[in-house]
Amino acid sequence: MTPLLSLSLRSIANRRLSALLTVVAVALSVALLLGVERVRNDARDGFAQTVSGTDLIVGARGGAVQLLLYSVFHIGHASNNVSWQSMQRVAALPQVKWLVPLSLGDSHRGMRVVGTTDDFFRHYRHGEGRALAFAQGKAFAPAPDGLFEAVVGAEVAARFGYAVGQRIVLSHGSLGGEGGPRFADHADKPFTIVGVLARSGTPVDRAVLVGLEGIEAIHVDWHGGAPIPGLAIGPEHVRKFDLSPKSVTAALVGLDSRIAVFRVQRQINTMGEEPLTAILPGATLQELWSLVGVAERALLAVSALVVVVGLAGLVAVVVASLGERRRELAILRALGASPPQVFALLALESVLLSLAGIVLGLGLLYGAGALAAPGLAATWGLNLGLGGPSAGEWRLLGAVIAASLLASLVPAWRAYRYSLADGLTIRI
Amino acid sequence: MQRQTAAGRDVPAVAVAAMRYRWPGAARDCLAIEQFAVGGGERVFLRGPSGSGKTTLLSLVGGVILPQAGTVSVAGQPLARLSAGVRDRFRADHVGFVFQLFNLLPYLSARDNILLACRFSAARRARLAVRGTSAEAEAQRLASRLELGDVLHRSAAELSVGQQQRVAAARALIGRPGLIVADEPTSALDADRQQAFIDLLLDECAEAGAALLFVSHDLRLARHFDRIVDLAQINQAAVSGEAAA
Repeated sequence: MTPLLSLSLRSIANRRLSALLTVVAVALSVALLLGVERVRNDARDGFAQTVSGTDLIVGARGGAVQLLLYSVFHIGHASNNVSWQSMQRVAALPQVKWLVPLSLGDSHRGMRVVGTTDDFFRHYRHGEGRALAFAQGKAFAPAPDGLFEAVVGAEVAARFGYAVGQRIVLSHGSLGGEGGPRFADHADKPFTIVGVLARSGTPVDRAVLVGLEGIEAIHVDWHGGAPIPGLAIGPEHVRKFDLSPKSVTAALVGLDSRIAVFRVQRQINTMGEEPLTAILPGATLQELWSLVGVAERALLAVSALVVVVGLAGLVAVVVASLGERRRELAILRALGASPPQVFALLALESVLLSLAGIVLGLGLLYGAGALAAPGLAATWGLNLGLGGPSAGEWRLLGAVIAASLLASLVPAWRAYRYSLADGLTIRI
Repeated sequence: MQRQTAAGRDVPAVAVAAMRYRWPGAARDCLAIEQFAVGGGERVFLRGPSGSGKTTLLSLVGGVILPQAGTVSVAGQPLARLSAGVRDRFRADHVGFVFQLFNLLPYLSARDNILLACRFSAARRARLAVRGTSAEAEAQRLASRLELGDVLHRSAAELSVGQQQRVAAARALIGRPGLIVADEPTSALDADRQQAFIDLLLDECAEAGAALLFVSHDLRLARHFDRIVDLAQINQAAVSGEAAA
């Protein structure tokens, strides 16, 4: 068998251009497959950690996924609000450590406005328990001082070029994206940006955060979703009104001990006064991912197909070379090579090419990963792990190697047949 | 001229007896030879026009194919008694081939092409070791005898046709197999080079004590051989085939 390896290597070196192109094609396909697998896992992990550190999310009675969508992802609407008294009752439950109310419904140039308290910045966690960080400025002050102060997410600031000190006008309702149907603006009561958040890769990037009282204040002279005709209360007078919230949309709840989470969830779900729903964000995120995860699996399937195409190209190149190498096979036969040795020679050649492709593909993956990781983290909040291949990646690598072994049988089998049929006849 | 006596001189290098061969799917026999032999160290010119079945005969001598009837023996060993794998090794050990053209692997140097014969055959290496030399030294020695000394390191594709054929001859001869089979090895050479190559081959076979089975359609090349055999005359299949045609 010893002459075979060096013969294979020399034969590959002799056709180095086509060999190189083949290897690059396989390498790119392998890098794509593993890259997709890696991004897929990191995206899933990132998604599952959109909210961490929050034990329960409480909203009006409704579906768990719906509650998660509107409270965390700012997608869709709550069918009902929750009265402030009910939220106070939840906050008063003995195991509840903290409660951050969320009041949704307004927007700013297509971005959702979230009315909350400055506790939000203290308790909201994403990823592995990471807190929100300020790129500029600070959190809005509690009312009445910070009544018209706002904090904007990184995406909002980047898209509209906002910085601390700028004044923005909120719009009523949340359908009015830029260029979409325009709802009435709360133009009489502009907000001043006091903080810009660093990118987190969560929906907070696309939100404008203001105090709950601010939300109340801009609606003082409104009723039923429209300004009350003839009534206009300016920002200088609004502070005289009772601006304590009447109702909110949802709340993030933290417990003293996670062990109590199911008990507290049951307590909230069965509170008599108002029908409420409490969900475990982690579990519901998983449920949601199983819906959106189809796309991610489709992506993986497509990249697996790309690997098949890469290997098919490799087989095509080696098989095409066989035509002109039939006389080579006859020479080897005359020198005493057996048909199994001819088979092994060609199989070895394909295997060497695919292995080179796989190794180069891994190199590409890590090289590109190292280059792209900072950018991905900054723009998408996607944290690419650069550790060794995960168990799933090893499985994929194993599958690629198995596929390349299978593929190598094609030229090997053809060469075997040629060498049996041609014998010592030198066909040109 | 007194030939150097080879070991096992009494054993014929090739012996064909009552042999018939028909290609799979063919309507009639390609070869039917009652008796044909090449003695040990004997130099036989086998004349046959193209299509006369000479390549088939060489494949049978090489043990790449087996006859449907009769025997083909090389160095006294009936090839049909050996398994396919053993036949391949037997061919590597005992027979050196020189073809018409394109004898070399283009991606190896002249030296590696010569050495390839030894890499497939432990017996050739062993015979060299018994004579106190190595494959590399023997390749060097043969190359200088065949005037290839300064092209040994060159890639086979860079050599002239004449050089390529001489490299092929060196590869067939290295490790002293008992039989050299040459299939129209001069057809790609200029007329004045043809005789020179044949003389070289004859000398080297004599030197190595190898029998030479030289196959060609061109009787002008048949000088200096011990014996001339016409394939058409010993092949009864061809006679009956021509009669039928």
